[in-house]
Amino acid sequence: MAKQLLKGNEAIAEAAIRAGVQAYFGYPITPQTELLEYMARRMPELGRVFLQAESELAAINMVYGAACTGRRVMTSSSSPGVSLMQEGLSYIAASEVPCVIVDVMRGGPGLGNIAPAQGDYTQIVKGGGHGDYRMIVLAPATVQEAVDLTRLAFDLADKYRMIAVVLLDGSLGQMMEPAELPPFADGAALGTPPAWALTGAQGRPKNVVTSIHLVPEDEEQFNQQLQARYAEIARTEVRCHEYATADADLIVVGFGTAGRVAQTAVKQARAQGLKAGLLRPITLFPFPEQRLAELARQARGFLVVEMNAGQMVDDVRLAVSGQGRGGLTPAVRFYGRMGGIVPLPDEVLGALKALAETAGHTPQPSPVSCLPLDGGPVAR
Amino acid sequence: MLADVVLEPEITYTRPAALADTYTHYCPGCTHGVAHKLVAEVIDELGLRERTIGVAPVGCAVFAYNYFNVDFAEAAHGRAPAMATGIKRVLPDQMVFTYQGDGDLASIGLGEITHVAARGENLTVIFVNNAIYGMTGGQMAPTTLPGQKTASSPCGRDVEATGLPLRMAELLAGLPGTAYAVRRSLHNVKEINRAKKAIRTAFQVQQAGLGFALVELLSSCPTNWGLPPLDALKWIEDQMLPYYPLGDYKVADGVEQL
Repeated sequence: MAKQLLKGNEAIAEAAIRAGVQAYFGYPITPQTELLEYMARRMPELGRVFLQAESELAAINMVYGAACTGRRVMTSSSSPGVSLMQEGLSYIAASEVPCVIVDVMRGGPGLGNIAPAQGDYTQIVKGGGHGDYRMIVLAPATVQEAVDLTRLAFDLADKYRMIAVVLLDGSLGQMMEPAELPPFADGAALGTPPAWALTGAQGRPKNVVTSIHLVPEDEEQFNQQLQARYAEIARTEVRCHEYATADADLIVVGFGTAGRVAQTAVKQARAQGLKAGLLRPITLFPFPEQRLAELARQARGFLVVEMNAGQMVDDVRLAVSGQGRGGLTPAVRFYGRMGGIVPLPDEVLGALKALAETAGHTPQPSPVSCLPLDGGPVAR
Repeated sequence: MLADVVLEPEITYTRPAALADTYTHYCPGCTHGVAHKLVAEVIDELGLRERTIGVAPVGCAVFAYNYFNVDFAEAAHGRAPAMATGIKRVLPDQMVFTYQGDGDLASIGLGEITHVAARGENLTVIFVNNAIYGMTGGQMAPTTLPGQKTASSPCGRDVEATGLPLRMAELLAGLPGTAYAVRRSLHNVKEINRAKKAIRTAFQVQQAGLGFALVELLSSCPTNWGLPPLDALKWIEDQMLPYYPLGDYKVADGVEQL
């Protein structure tokens, strides 16, 4: 199929339709509303379910119910709306029913604004709801990648009986780019609901979808089961994009649009003789921590670029801590813009040059500080 | 000499197939068990056991799925109607019902129940009103009567500060999408029989695709009311009935003919 000029939000909607989504529930919020509007048009055409919910709270619980039937279902929203969905996400994760969430992030906290941001990293990647759960998080940097990752999100959600999130910022949702849509998923392959699904107990014992385990030992065992699955995913489903990392001693790390901007900065840095490279995580959970640890052996410094106050940078620090030559930790610096401002390549280049000037070829010991009981920070 | 003819006892009642053979976690004297039995009998009598999906609430009926032999989902607090909407929209041929208490439906879930009624979702809602939060130990609910003492209204519900109790059957009857909204009670055999008929109608409304159907059941909570079971039934009659009159608040066109 040829490439078409597609808007990010609409491309994701059509990709979801082609992945076989049977029901969409959502609530209007900028900058993702085109996704909902596209679904409002397209889903009834195909005889599938579209319903505008009375709130994000209702939308996520409609998704929860529909997901219990074993069909492919989804919702989309933007940061404040996703905050409202956190209760439902925790329940869905604990019930092990698969579904797909699209979060087109905007500026925050609070009502913030409708400009592009990446401030939902923590609430999505770490789990903004209660309890120890994880969601598979996929972060596209182009419209084409958004299309491809939407299909992957449904496949991974089904495979692991988990929530899969496509996490992008408002600029990517609003941007038009050439992209190629995949063919429709094989309907027959999606036709049979899985054995656990609620379909009416015809000729079989009843199925129950629940998230309650009243006996502490049962709840602990269930949690261990979830953790084992997350560990398996961490081993098998890590995806990232690398640019010029083979001989790089300065590594820029950024996801989504920030990673895309950073790649331009890395190209400029190379042209100026810096041995820079880019690692752009595509899966935020699972996080490419092993690859970062490998790069820590060759790098003298990492620059993390985000459209927030520094959220993913903590995970980069953890990944490279003590992983440099001689068990030391390379320098990790952060450059971020907030409020809905997308960093420019020149700004990233400036931060990269500053890193290049200060980060020694010999990695420094990692300062570990804590607040002792008698006051005053301690460094060792 | 002993009689040599043993008469087989005539079986006049058996446990409904839709009701599981298990122990109950409900308190002695609680009428949840009666409500469960009525729903299970209706499911059996309408031949729906293999094409019904229930949605349980948060509250005393959180484990409702343990007592029904039908597919079941357990919702977050108040969200059962939204969850049921998701199920019903994807599987319109399934009979989908929620079973909710007054804290779940009338307090935290007021938005969800109102909007399923507004949309006229083809759902059946069994609403158990015992004027108190049972599972958390007897706190004030939106349905707690004026002056009623609870763990969070120890001097009696002060309507100046907390308003008057919500009459949900009447409130939801006012929405155009509601096809059937009635209030029944479980305090004596006659009313239990009337309640069963209403539950049956509420499932038939869904079968006929007529819209949203709600049966509110006045129910006892001996433990949290601090009353012996029989006194609790009397309390429904004496205290609840005057504020919550039994009756049919909405019977849309077509429902009578069912």
